[in-house]
Amino acid sequence: MSNEIFTLHVNGEAHQVRDSWLGENLMDVLRDRLGLMGSKGACEQGECGSCSVLVDGHLVCSCLVMAASAVGQQVVTIEGVAPVGSPSDVQQAFVEFGAVQCGFCTPGLIMAVHDLLERTPDPGDTEIREELAGNICRCTGYGRIIDAVQQVAVARRTDRSGA
Amino acid sequence: MPVLFPTTVDEATTALAAHPESMLLAGGTDAMVGINDGHHRPGATVISVNRIADLRSWRHDPDSGTLTVGAGVTYTELMDASIAGLVPALAEASRTVGSPQIRNAGTLGGNLATSSPAGDGLPVLSALNAVVHLAAASSTRDVDVNDFMVGVKRTALKPGEIITGVTVPIVEGWQGYAKVGVRNAMVIAVASTCVVVDQTRRTIAVALGSVGPTILRCPDAESFLASRIDWDSLIASDADQAEFGRLVSGASQPITDHRSTADYRRHAVGVLARRLARRAGATS
Repeated sequence: MSNEIFTLHVNGEAHQVRDSWLGENLMDVLRDRLGLMGSKGACEQGECGSCSVLVDGHLVCSCLVMAASAVGQQVVTIEGVAPVGSPSDVQQAFVEFGAVQCGFCTPGLIMAVHDLLERTPDPGDTEIREELAGNICRCTGYGRIIDAVQQVAVARRTDRSGA
Repeated sequence: MPVLFPTTVDEATTALAAHPESMLLAGGTDAMVGINDGHHRPGATVISVNRIADLRSWRHDPDSGTLTVGAGVTYTELMDASIAGLVPALAEASRTVGSPQIRNAGTLGGNLATSSPAGDGLPVLSALNAVVHLAAASSTRDVDVNDFMVGVKRTALKPGEIITGVTVPIVEGWQGYAKVGVRNAMVIAVASTCVVVDQTRRTIAVALGSVGPTILRCPDAESFLASRIDWDSLIASDADQAEFGRLVSGASQPITDHRSTADYRRHAVGVLARRLARRAGATS
């Protein structure tokens, strides 16, 4: 079943989606119809988290969102986190701590870490592991990812206290 | 438009009556997996039920001692302290669902509609004898959750009906949910158990997930523990906890599949039941 043309709001811009099929997931529409290739697709069943985006502020797997059902909602992808060339504090920390190896899981993890630190500015080790349980990384063993998250939490705390 | 966005239950049931072949879409965490792998097609029309305000809210009625949860309330919302304080096992089960991404999208109504024997919310609803609220274009009805779930991914939902919510009693006593899977997160249950100890009525309820075609209750184990537990301390002896576990294992009807074997599931569900019986006495 082909779909009507519909409009998605992604990273603050309205995009017309053409030629999609009804039932096509948001991840495929972002990548294949809108050319936003940052969100990665691997499992297409919500297990790997590499396609994580925000829909109306909620972290979700874009592979489990029917694209045409996101009409009227605000979608934020990894491309909306920071402009190319000026990484966010989380992205910078991932680079500095070696939390990126093959990089495939990284966009989803960056989305999840930003979401985590918004809700929990001072997460403990277990909290970080639990909150990132929906993002699978097969390279790093997670240690450096957790180090990077803690570093960002400390840096933001220092900023807030004006030290 | 192939996707409809009703904002009231009436609009949704009217749309469903007008387009009986429509697919109902809530959180999408089950539905989209089926679509992505090509097992399901959405048909000509999809009715998104996510923007129905009545489905997205919950309310505590102290007079009747109940909590009514809209079908569109997510697992993340069910983990909220205000719900956890009223129905702890529901919050506990919600916390074991998938990952933050899945819990932000998946809904209690979707859990019921899919009615997988592994659905994490379902043993809790079963043990609490929840009432499922259904609506059609010109009627509503209530069904006991244990009559609603009729088989593997089969429910008593009739054509034209949508699930609007569930009502569970606020129970004085202790309740808990435990589950076994291959790791600590992002896991579909290999076996799961909910135990509710009702200190006022002096009854025990035990419901099992992933060890039968649908959620199973264990009447023999329930009456056994109710006759042995100390109703003031909620403590049962080690021997009685072990016998309780054996009775629960005996009530299970597991199969061997790609997730586990029947033998392991029968064993695991007994261990979970014994563990929950111990926890009941450890916390009061």
